[in-house]
Amino acid sequence: MKLKTALLGAACAFVMAPAAFAERGADGELKLTFPQAVSIMNPYLSSGTKDVIASSMVVEPLAAIDDQGTLVTRLATEIPTLENGGVSADLTSITWKLQPGLMWSDGTPMTADDAVFTAAYCMDPAGGCAQATKYEGVASVEAVDPTTIKITFTGPKPNPYTAFVGSLSPILQKAQFAACTGAAAPTCTDANNMPVGTGPFKVTGFAVNDTVTLEANPNYRDPAKPAFATAVIKGGGDAEGSARAVMETGEFDYAWNTQIPPDSQTAMSAAGKGQFVVAFGTLVERIEMNMTDPSPDLPEGERSTAKHPHPILSDIKVRTALSKAIDRAILVEVGYGAGGKPTCNVIPGPDAWASDNTGCIAQDMPGAMALLDEAGWKDSDSDGIRDKDGKKLSILYQTTVNPIRQDFQALIKDWWTELGVEVELKAIDPGVFFGGDAGSPDTFQKFYADVEMYANNSDNPDPETYLSQYQCKNAPSPENQWQGENMNRFCDPAYDAKVAELGKTTDLATREKLAKELNDMVTKDSMTVIPLVHRGTLSAHSNTLGGVIINAWDSELWNSADWFRVK
Amino acid sequence: MTDAPAVPAPPEKPASAIHAIWRQFRTHKGAVFGLVVLTFLVLAVVVGPWLWTPEKLSVAKALAVKNQSPSLRFPLGTDQLGRDMLSRMMQAGKVSLAVGFVAMIIAITLGTLVGVLAGYYKRLDGPLMRLTDMFLALPLVPLLLVMVMLFRDQIARAIGPELGAFTLIVLAIGITSWMQAARIVRGEVLALKEREYVLAARSIGVAPRRIILRHILPNVVSPVMVAATLGVAEAIITESALSFLGLGFPPDFPTWGRLLFDGMQYIQLYPERVIWPGLAISLTVLSVNYIGDGLRDALDPRIRGR
Amino acid sequence: MLTFTLRRLLIAIPTLLFISLVIFLLVDLAPGSPLSDIPLTVPPDVRRKMIEALGADQPVFVRYVLWLRQFFYVEPAYLFDSWFGTSWAEGEQRLLSWQSRSPVFTIIGQRLPQTLTVIGTAYLVGVLIALPIGIYSAYRQYSAFDQFGTLFAMIGFSVPTFFSGTLLIIVFAVWLGWFPTKYNTQLEVVDWSTFVEQLRQMALPVMTLGLANAAAISRYMRSSMLDNMSMDYVRTARAKGMSERTVVLKHVLRNSMIPVVTVIALGIPSIFGGAIITENLFGVNGIGAALIGAINASDLPMVQTLAFIFAVLIVVFNLIADVLYGFLDPRIRYD
Repeated sequence: MKLKTALLGAACAFVMAPAAFAERGADGELKLTFPQAVSIMNPYLSSGTKDVIASSMVVEPLAAIDDQGTLVTRLATEIPTLENGGVSADLTSITWKLQPGLMWSDGTPMTADDAVFTAAYCMDPAGGCAQATKYEGVASVEAVDPTTIKITFTGPKPNPYTAFVGSLSPILQKAQFAACTGAAAPTCTDANNMPVGTGPFKVTGFAVNDTVTLEANPNYRDPAKPAFATAVIKGGGDAEGSARAVMETGEFDYAWNTQIPPDSQTAMSAAGKGQFVVAFGTLVERIEMNMTDPSPDLPEGERSTAKHPHPILSDIKVRTALSKAIDRAILVEVGYGAGGKPTCNVIPGPDAWASDNTGCIAQDMPGAMALLDEAGWKDSDSDGIRDKDGKKLSILYQTTVNPIRQDFQALIKDWWTELGVEVELKAIDPGVFFGGDAGSPDTFQKFYADVEMYANNSDNPDPETYLSQYQCKNAPSPENQWQGENMNRFCDPAYDAKVAELGKTTDLATREKLAKELNDMVTKDSMTVIPLVHRGTLSAHSNTLGGVIINAWDSELWNSADWFRVK
Repeated sequence: MTDAPAVPAPPEKPASAIHAIWRQFRTHKGAVFGLVVLTFLVLAVVVGPWLWTPEKLSVAKALAVKNQSPSLRFPLGTDQLGRDMLSRMMQAGKVSLAVGFVAMIIAITLGTLVGVLAGYYKRLDGPLMRLTDMFLALPLVPLLLVMVMLFRDQIARAIGPELGAFTLIVLAIGITSWMQAARIVRGEVLALKEREYVLAARSIGVAPRRIILRHILPNVVSPVMVAATLGVAEAIITESALSFLGLGFPPDFPTWGRLLFDGMQYIQLYPERVIWPGLAISLTVLSVNYIGDGLRDALDPRIRGR
Repeated sequence: MLTFTLRRLLIAIPTLLFISLVIFLLVDLAPGSPLSDIPLTVPPDVRRKMIEALGADQPVFVRYVLWLRQFFYVEPAYLFDSWFGTSWAEGEQRLLSWQSRSPVFTIIGQRLPQTLTVIGTAYLVGVLIALPIGIYSAYRQYSAFDQFGTLFAMIGFSVPTFFSGTLLIIVFAVWLGWFPTKYNTQLEVVDWSTFVEQLRQMALPVMTLGLANAAAISRYMRSSMLDNMSMDYVRTARAKGMSERTVVLKHVLRNSMIPVVTVIALGIPSIFGGAIITENLFGVNGIGAALIGAINASDLPMVQTLAFIFAVLIVVFNLIADVLYGFLDPRIRYD
């Protein structure tokens, strides 16, 4: 805890350092390093978070989300709301006004037509736009005049801040991308890798999966920013190497995603050249319980489907016992250090949306044992493993190949073995686990195991889309080619009804209350999802780099325009 | 000046071939060192677990002793979860050594077979060499992923998850490492085929199989030995790379390669965690190589008895 | 010899086509999806659209034929256009990587210089060190030099490159600070100081790889030299009064080079394959790193193209090695 407070304190101190007398380009080169290299600078065709983060230095949305989860303006003059008339009373449309005199980095003026084009670009069915959810429910986008954009939705949308909000949905230049719509989108390599943007930097060179070279945008709207004249993003290597390059050798200023063991974090911080910064969003490492039977004895199309409920885990006492046996504080200490917190919630933040649910954090081994005894699982043949009606309490526990996850598996296996459960571990290549290949038995959708562990998050502070994943109809099954999102096959009509209610609720306080109730329904009420650790994004920056405010709700480089060299 | 005809020394009892080989082997100091070290390592991993059983600690107690340096209680220290490194090293050693040897045997057998056939029978040379090219060109990782995907469940059901994983890995490494041995053996056989004694044997009508077994094979022993010793090293290292990709054994089944990879993130803080498995792998390979060297000298009749 | 070469080249063509088909099917069969790195927040229907846009949902044989066409017709036509300003490849769909949507050959072109420079130099250095060590070790068998040479070789390939590379980084880059930890692929050598900078950043990967390469080759060299040193013709040559130098370097060496030539020639395609681990460790974003990255991301066009190029190189260098056999050993008859 002390370390974290110190980190936060240091971060704040640097932010407050005066940058008033900076001028554009005075501070030389900004050097960033990513363990995974950037593949493309167009977030709409991105293959991962790294591309979105890198592109956020070049292309911008109308509004961004700051580190507290609130909206701040970028290209827009103000955030439209019901009060200022920006959002229509029936919640079917939202109108944004652009700042006057905006220019693209090539000197041409930026207008509302660019926004209209961007929406059409991403909504084109043949384009394979990765951020299509941002434009879901959009009926039309029109340029009322060159500086006014009106978005009309198909129905009332309680949360209209989706399109053009956040680094996942920036505005592209119509002139550059005009010939790149639909199926032609991936062919415009130059546009995709060197997009013209309104952001603080522009791309001067791009080596795929290697290095991006940038320079300050001469037409950026704030003449005193950015403080750096050039920037470079070098990719490749691993988290250790990137952290080392910032914290020990000082070759780089900022390292993204430096997920290294807590001891290494402490040792590197002690070197005194840099500091780690962490921001907590909604990323939760959890154990999902399979409510259906994955036994290999079942025929192929019936394994892990609703036809066969799980013989062991269908009993809530067993699930609760398994959760009680885990000491989350130890997991955090071993795996994440300052970069994690124990949690019992699937929605751990922002604070207004998080349920007051801390009952599971303390380990309770005697209570767990008592629950299993109550449920009828006793060790009748004294081999250390509980059994009932001739069936052994045996669990297959799978996750991806990852040193921290393997450590968690080892610890949790020890605890569950103490409890009298027989545990078999399995670690799967992440490309296969998350790949969704319908032909592979190892995907997390197929869930041919009893429990699986991974991390998931909501891409928006408002968790409606995230919570609706747990509806009955979203269970992966042969009928939908195993492409659902409800991995546990959790099915509760009351839950589905509440999700539908959430979709219709517009009052913010009621939405928050419903979200908390939904969260409780999958966690403490039914123990279907066993949250373990609330993970933060952990990055490192040099002590000579000021202005860094790490942000879990938007791109980490969301305020790179404000960064400067500390003198 | 001629001496009086010397009285011939009483003939020595003709030593058996094995004794002669062993005597020659013994003169190679490095080979003896290698044999000693390898025997020690094998004994350590096989017998060791019976002699040294670490105390079984609960999770909380184990974490209290995590990341310790070597001490009397934990001779090689503990890892980040408080597990005793010595017992992990011994457990891992059993698996690594087994994988190394068995995979190498498979690779060498396949390679020698293909190499001899390709070198001796001209008609088979073309197709076999193209087959070699194909295997060389196959990317190892997708091949392994496919093999694991296709066969793991069946094998696991038949012989259990650990033995199943072992068989799969050993087969996978064996099938993908025979090519270099084949190429080298083929080269040697091509040269040997033109030697006078082979031509002589052919001309008196010795069957090809006998020629291969009696004349060719003993003479390709030398490059095969070198390839075999390199093969063991490569097999152990390939296995560690596979562990890293999750294609290896289940995560609670350590191997030296796995321990090495797990230790990489701590290399600055606790370098011994990388050094123990690294040293173990290096010593194993070193001793196997020295043994190979000694065997090569001992089996070569031209050097023996000189 | 000529007919042999021509025959081999002709056979190589259907062989390579068959190899390309096997690789394609293998990579396709392997589980994994190009969308595995995409955040979990992207819902299944969007993913389905993305797969369709990539063309990844088409049947295997359709994709194979499309790849063949792109590799053998569209890409060469494109190259021709860029050299001579023609427009044969106008409007044709180029071979695109699924991961980055950039043309595969652009990526290869961007990465080839690094690989050739760093890995190629390491290989050359390795060979240059290995040959003299192997020769002298065999000549003075069991001497102190031989023991040291053997030890050096043993260490060279007993220690995995990821271990030795990391040790080198820790010692030389972090503690001593003599060399940088990350390779700068954008460095252009224009004057003496940038040349020195290039040498500095190449030093660690070349040391790591050169050691490993030298170890294996020196072993083969030594073993082969030992076989030949005890031949009768060596005794004859010495009896004739030839200098040791001529005996060893002219007669014995020529004959001993045969297996060594195999090993060296077989190793050259691996330069292009890149030393995957070393490239990753030092951030030398070359071809090997591209291949492993593509495999991890199930980027089929990239994997397929790179694997096929390696197959071609392997077949070509096998042929070169065999032809060299003929030059070096007149006892070998091919026809």
